[in-house]
Amino acid sequence: MKSLRAYALAYLAFLYLPVLFLPLFSFNNSRFIAFPFTGFTTRWYSTLFADDAMLHALGNSLEVGAVTALLSTLLGLLAAKAVTQYRLRGTGALLGFVSLPLFIPDIVLGIALLLLLGAIGFPLSLAGVALGHASLCVPFALTVLIARFEGFDRNLEEASADLGEGAWMTFWRVTFPLVLPGIAASLLLTFITSFDEFLLAYFLSGTEATLPVYIWGQLRFPDRLPMVLALGALILVASVALVVLAEWARNLGVAPGKKSIGA
Amino acid sequence: MAEGGNRAGYLLLAPTLAVMALALAAPLGLLALYSLTATTGPVLEGGATYSQYADVLGRAGYRALFWRSLGISALVTAVTVALAYPMAYFVAFQAGRWKFAWLIALTIPFWTSYLLRVFAWKIILGYGGVINSALLSLHLVSQPVGALLYNPFSVVVTLTHAWAAFAILPIYVSLEKIDRALLEAATDLGDGPVRRFLRITLPLSMPGVIGAAILIFVPTTGDYVTPTLVGGPQGSMIANVIAMQFERIGNWPLGAALALASMAAVGVTAALFVAAARAATQAIK
Repeated sequence: MKSLRAYALAYLAFLYLPVLFLPLFSFNNSRFIAFPFTGFTTRWYSTLFADDAMLHALGNSLEVGAVTALLSTLLGLLAAKAVTQYRLRGTGALLGFVSLPLFIPDIVLGIALLLLLGAIGFPLSLAGVALGHASLCVPFALTVLIARFEGFDRNLEEASADLGEGAWMTFWRVTFPLVLPGIAASLLLTFITSFDEFLLAYFLSGTEATLPVYIWGQLRFPDRLPMVLALGALILVASVALVVLAEWARNLGVAPGKKSIGA
Repeated sequence: MAEGGNRAGYLLLAPTLAVMALALAAPLGLLALYSLTATTGPVLEGGATYSQYADVLGRAGYRALFWRSLGISALVTAVTVALAYPMAYFVAFQAGRWKFAWLIALTIPFWTSYLLRVFAWKIILGYGGVINSALLSLHLVSQPVGALLYNPFSVVVTLTHAWAAFAILPIYVSLEKIDRALLEAATDLGDGPVRRFLRITLPLSMPGVIGAAILIFVPTTGDYVTPTLVGGPQGSMIANVIAMQFERIGNWPLGAALALASMAAVGVTAALFVAAARAATQAIK
């Protein structure tokens, strides 16, 4: 049993080591990403924040991420309510269709959307990226929200209706607060998925780069690498903070010992 | 439930279906249309033709590309699942009260930028990279080792690292669901640890293994970033060639046919795998 623990620790090291090189070399006082270290510096971080193209791409990514998160969570919310609280025909086929993006390589979806935007004469823009990201994210939102809807007692809504509340007030005062942790988790997960997505954005963004598209452009220039690593380190820290927040939100109101992780 | 109630249910589904029809069904339909177009380039005109598919299926170069992409992905899937299984087993059965901490710790590395996680391996394996500079400064080699990067090997290593969480979590979930009473019963009836694992734990965790395999196999076959950054000419995959048709070469119909053919190849392989894995599970039960 000791050996299994040793294996687990070795595996954890395999997962962490490559990722830890990003913050490590982002503080190294050399343009070359190689041992030995030549000294400590924070100048790559100051270069990074002085880079207007980076700040612009960051703004674009935040915008696309926010639109994607709101759109896919709203769609997921409506569909999850329909699937869990009504006995509809063809629900299985429908869920299969909606989760199709999970089974299609991103490259295929990316060029298919490129063809669509071209055919309807819609210019390449961040709106197209958000549409593509929404189709990727709806399956995630739906999974998280269906799980949340399945966990709650339908009688609470019926009690509210019996006590004279209309459908709208019942939704706001009963359903919404009960599903809220699921909504928060879905918003954060879909936001992060969009924020990190590269290939669809690469094909659809046109002249407005998102952050991954910007990073992709920088990878060709060896001089810019330490700055890109600094950016990677910052993304890691921010993402971990967001994920911890999402897990915390998802487990709100769940009895201790029944905690779970992931979608 | 009343008829009117069901109508409300369909109304709730309508927006999602509309958006998915626009963002998923319509583009895929158009992709199929393009793949049958006679003229090259972005304009949809001319009669229907099967010549793109004849190209995709007929040319030895494309066939080799498909086999290589599927082979690399199958290897990545097998290695990732094999490495993740003991890890998931440890968390499910032996981590005790540290279970939740282990799960968090295992997922944290996956929240960096995917591009940079892949790029990290270029830094590690490269000619002037981490491994080579470490080996040189320790005087273990006199010249950098060039064979580490730009080949199928570096693609497999990078993808195995990049997709690990997609194997650990589904396998963990299926192991966690196993009724511990079954394991005790097997022990009471005289099964040793190995026999107990093979007859109870492994078959019952197969849904997680199959799910993990599909979650990894499908996206890695179509991955663009990893073969581009660390693959080199020998490690290039389908996605590189598809993207090329839409960028430099400008043969959109051929690119569309390649994309649909790769989607079909991935789908058929995945379906065959699921059927085989289910049959194998039945056999060991």
